Amino acid sequence: MRSFLALLKRDMLLAYRQGSALTMTLSFFVIAVTLFPLGVGPELNVLARIGPGVLWVGALLACLLTLDRIFQADFEDGTLEQLMLGPLSIEFIVLAKIIAHWVMSVLPLIAITPILAISLNVHADGIWAMIFSLLIGSPVLSLIGAVGAALTVAMRRGGVLLSLLVLPLYIPVLIFGVASVEAAVALMPMAPHLMLLGGLSLGALVVCPFAAAAALRLAVE
Amino acid sequence: MAIDLHKYANPTRFLRIANAIFPWSIVTTVVLLATGLYLGLFVSPADYQQGETVRIMFVHVPAAWMAMSVYSMMAVSSAAGLIWKHPVADLSAKAAAPIGACFTFLALVTGSLWGQPMWGAYWVWDARLTSMLILLFLYLGYMAVWGSFEDQSKAAKAAAILVLIGAINIPIIKFSVDWWNTLHQPASVATMDGPKIHSSILTPLLIMGLGYTSLFVTIFIIRVRTEILGRRLRMLRVNQLQE
Amino acid sequence: MNEFFEMGGYGNFIWSSYGLSAGVLIFLVIISVRQLRQVERDLAPLEETRRSFRKRPVKEGATS
Repeated sequence: MRSFLALLKRDMLLAYRQGSALTMTLSFFVIAVTLFPLGVGPELNVLARIGPGVLWVGALLACLLTLDRIFQADFEDGTLEQLMLGPLSIEFIVLAKIIAHWVMSVLPLIAITPILAISLNVHADGIWAMIFSLLIGSPVLSLIGAVGAALTVAMRRGGVLLSLLVLPLYIPVLIFGVASVEAAVALMPMAPHLMLLGGLSLGALVVCPFAAAAALRLAVE
Repeated sequence: MAIDLHKYANPTRFLRIANAIFPWSIVTTVVLLATGLYLGLFVSPADYQQGETVRIMFVHVPAAWMAMSVYSMMAVSSAAGLIWKHPVADLSAKAAAPIGACFTFLALVTGSLWGQPMWGAYWVWDARLTSMLILLFLYLGYMAVWGSFEDQSKAAKAAAILVLIGAINIPIIKFSVDWWNTLHQPASVATMDGPKIHSSILTPLLIMGLGYTSLFVTIFIIRVRTEILGRRLRMLRVNQLQE
Repeated sequence: MNEFFEMGGYGNFIWSSYGLSAGVLIFLVIISVRQLRQVERDLAPLEETRRSFRKRPVKEGATS
């Protein structure tokens, strides 16, 4: 348990020190979302209609950019191999890294979402739903992303393949996430959608650490 | 010279069986497809509602069936490869993938060509089409993984992990898109099922389905043979370097 | 005859579907056979040297 927390703390500290990476991710998110009004036209009704979808897709893509950071750095300098030889089981190593990734890379995205949501004229109810749905659904992004990152960690141009592998698997999260926001805006109960998201998160929590660990074993052999 | 003959025992036996089946497979394919095409294009009547376009069903539905069956076969094969480390299992999945991808592509395109005269739209975002599109991405990703690893045995395991995760995800994706559609209630939802299928249409459909399956088996045998021989080639080359 | 090709005005869609299906599947068969022939061709010389290696009389102390 202690080594788990130690690894968690170390990863979060490393991410904190690399503040520039975080800034770039957030900037990407903001710019990507900004492109939509520019492309679609400034009419507020239209923006309100597409807002939830745009925000979720932007968050997905921004999250995608941060995925190779989960394992790459440690893989390249041999630290990952060291960790895997240590007392902590690989599944827990993966879990610690996923939690660190979620806290340091995904939560900031969620934090700036309200501001972007306002810029897209999303209704206030929608903004709360946006935050809840992101909080409940984003762990899946980190979990599935970690599996993809583990599969591609040893590849040179793994980033491109990573997107191809991971994005199709993100689709259910996207659908339920957007549906919960739209439900809230239509003053309908969003609980069922959030529960579906929760189900996905829990399911991913059970499956992904094992899959990612298996993939890491391959890469490090 | 360290060639482990034990590793070859299974693949060799597999090849022997496959080679025995192969001529029959070709004959079956030709007979079934010829019969199916004849019945489908000449004998079966035009549909009361859809007119002649219903004939597209005879190439569209079998392709869709194959797209899904082949992926299931790949998932089972990959699981067997992971669990029992059977050497041919991984190669079977690898060999089947391009065939499945072609069927998926055909299902999408012929479906689109059927959709335009039927619904007035080349594409709609209903659960079946969207899931089929994602299935195509999963196939492409799978084939890309095999190409991205130098070490083929690592590639096999990585690809196996991917196909299994995809297999879990496909029903989830289908469910979510289906549900998303009912939520948004698209304007006119004409499904592919349409009126109940009459035997004059069902028969050519089933024959074409079997014909496509037989075609899959034929091409599959060719491709698995290529994969097994390819592996032998790599091993011999490595051994040559060691001498 | 012409009526057959026209297919009630939907000829384009129907024949494109069938044509594309045939095209893609035939293409797949051709490529698969080509790859098989290539591998068999590459394998032949190596199998030959292995076989001739085996046929050589075993000398004293030779490992196999």
